[in-house]
Amino acid sequence: MGGVLVVLGIILVVIVFLVLFIIGIYNALVRLRNQVDNSWSQIDVQLKRRHDLIPNLVETAKGYMKHERGTFEAITEARSKAMGANNVSDASKAEGALSEALSKFMLVVENYPELKANQNFLAVQEELSSTENKIAFARQSYNDQVLGYNNKIQMFPSNVIAGMFSFTKRDFFEIENEAEREVPKVSF
Amino acid sequence: MWELIRANKRNSIFLMMLMAAVLLSLGFLIGAVFSGGNTNGGFIGIMIASGIWLILTMISFSSGDQILLAASRAKLVTHDVHPQLFNVVEEMKIAAGLPKMPKIYIINDPAPNAFATGRSPETASVAVTAGLLARLNRDELQGVIAHEISHIVHRDILFVTFAGIMLGSIVLLSQVFLRGMFYSSLGGSRRRYSSEGRGGGQAQIVILIITIIAAILAPIMANLLYFALSRKREYLADAGAARLTRYPEGLASALEKISNDPAPQLDSANKVTAPMYIVNPFKRKGQMKLSDLTSTHPPISERIRILRNLTHGASFKDYSEAYSNVTHSKAALIPNSAMTKEQVALREAQEKAAKQERKEKQTRQIGDIMRKVNQFAFIPCACGLTMKIPPNFKGNDVTCPRCHKKHEIPNKT
Repeated sequence: MGGVLVVLGIILVVIVFLVLFIIGIYNALVRLRNQVDNSWSQIDVQLKRRHDLIPNLVETAKGYMKHERGTFEAITEARSKAMGANNVSDASKAEGALSEALSKFMLVVENYPELKANQNFLAVQEELSSTENKIAFARQSYNDQVLGYNNKIQMFPSNVIAGMFSFTKRDFFEIENEAEREVPKVSF
Repeated sequence: MWELIRANKRNSIFLMMLMAAVLLSLGFLIGAVFSGGNTNGGFIGIMIASGIWLILTMISFSSGDQILLAASRAKLVTHDVHPQLFNVVEEMKIAAGLPKMPKIYIINDPAPNAFATGRSPETASVAVTAGLLARLNRDELQGVIAHEISHIVHRDILFVTFAGIMLGSIVLLSQVFLRGMFYSSLGGSRRRYSSEGRGGGQAQIVILIITIIAAILAPIMANLLYFALSRKREYLADAGAARLTRYPEGLASALEKISNDPAPQLDSANKVTAPMYIVNPFKRKGQMKLSDLTSTHPPISERIRILRNLTHGASFKDYSEAYSNVTHSKAALIPNSAMTKEQVALREAQEKAAKQERKEKQTRQIGDIMRKVNQFAFIPCACGLTMKIPPNFKGNDVTCPRCHKKHEIPNKT
């Protein structure tokens, strides 16, 4: 009789420990997933800010650069495409194209010394180049978080719990084109 | 990242306990001496020692960062005063994943330096001097800010506050004791000792000698512990800065500029707040490679060489390797458990043109930064002159002294 109780007691203790263990891993997974979501929203904030700054930039520069309609059109088009994207891989493609259009524009600006001396333009430029950096740093932080989260999901024993509660892998925010990969490189 | 913070915490708690042990044993010995070799007196001594510690802790925890900022005459600034500084701080806040934007202060001082304060990432502040802003380019400023943000992320400020208080209590206690001994030996306390029993007297003298030695040694030991820890944390903050910016050259060349700067030392720093600054605010001329044990900061030349040694990547592992390459020391800088396998690629410079301006121009820039901080109005005239109007200027318009054109002063309240 006593032996049965001891065995039951041991089983109970083991079950309690197992449940606590699973709860711990589950909470860790949730925390990591929230961090990934939070870093993604950080990127989003900065991308929106860039979209908002572009009309400002175009408006300031237009008066000085009468013969560069093609450059302005490229930027505006890339911007509206980027604003229309609605999943991670589309967005990273479109935003990469926008970065490229902007860096081309900044190369053209080199030919307009008057524009480069304009105080308003300098202010917009500082904001834009900083936003460009913030996007790069937010992406850096997002990718770090995704790496940690994906590792946790794939490694034993947390992969079992991740499978049970359907935690899925996340995509990295990557830049499609090779030249852009060396960001942040938009030199102002 | 979190591993590193945890390891930091473990080490700090261990060293802090050591310092606490030094403080309490000093209290015990002093108490024993004053009560004539009685253990009960020793316990009273312990209580007094912890009382001093508790009071100092409460003061610095309720308003420590405010006292520091006020003492260095730092002014809170907004985005409009210095957009670049504000943007650089925000960039680093995003890279480090801080929950809240730190408050930004500018100090009116030509010596280039910076510090961070605040007990938690939520209440952190970053302060830079006007001299720093005038001398560094964007990449260099980013390196310095990343170093400060790393201090915040690694919870170094909490440590500096805690350990600084402990150090202060030990110094205070031993000073009071040694002075007390000096005066009481003048006042003929010898008679009291000789009037007691022979054996007790000898034991007392032994305790007395031990206590005097302890009172002299304890502050030195506590200092060494404090400095050793804060030096290590400087390296770690450099490693963190390289990892955040992915551009170690920025911080390296900033440190180089700061160390070669001819401006006099920061006049609002003191020995306990020194570990909070990016470089030691106390300069000693001609002692660039000062690797003695009493410095709160590692030699700048060494920090620069380690950063320049990071040629393959900027992860903590890379920094740790560069550290052992440069210093030839076997001791691990960063615990192995903290070094996750990560590939941290470097990036290129953002600003190619070096900011090498003449000294007069830099001096004028420092003045302009402080005028912006103090809410001067800047009015550019068509003739190329810029007028700087103080906020207490009377009248609604001003005439340009060169071309005599009238300008209205904007936002005059």
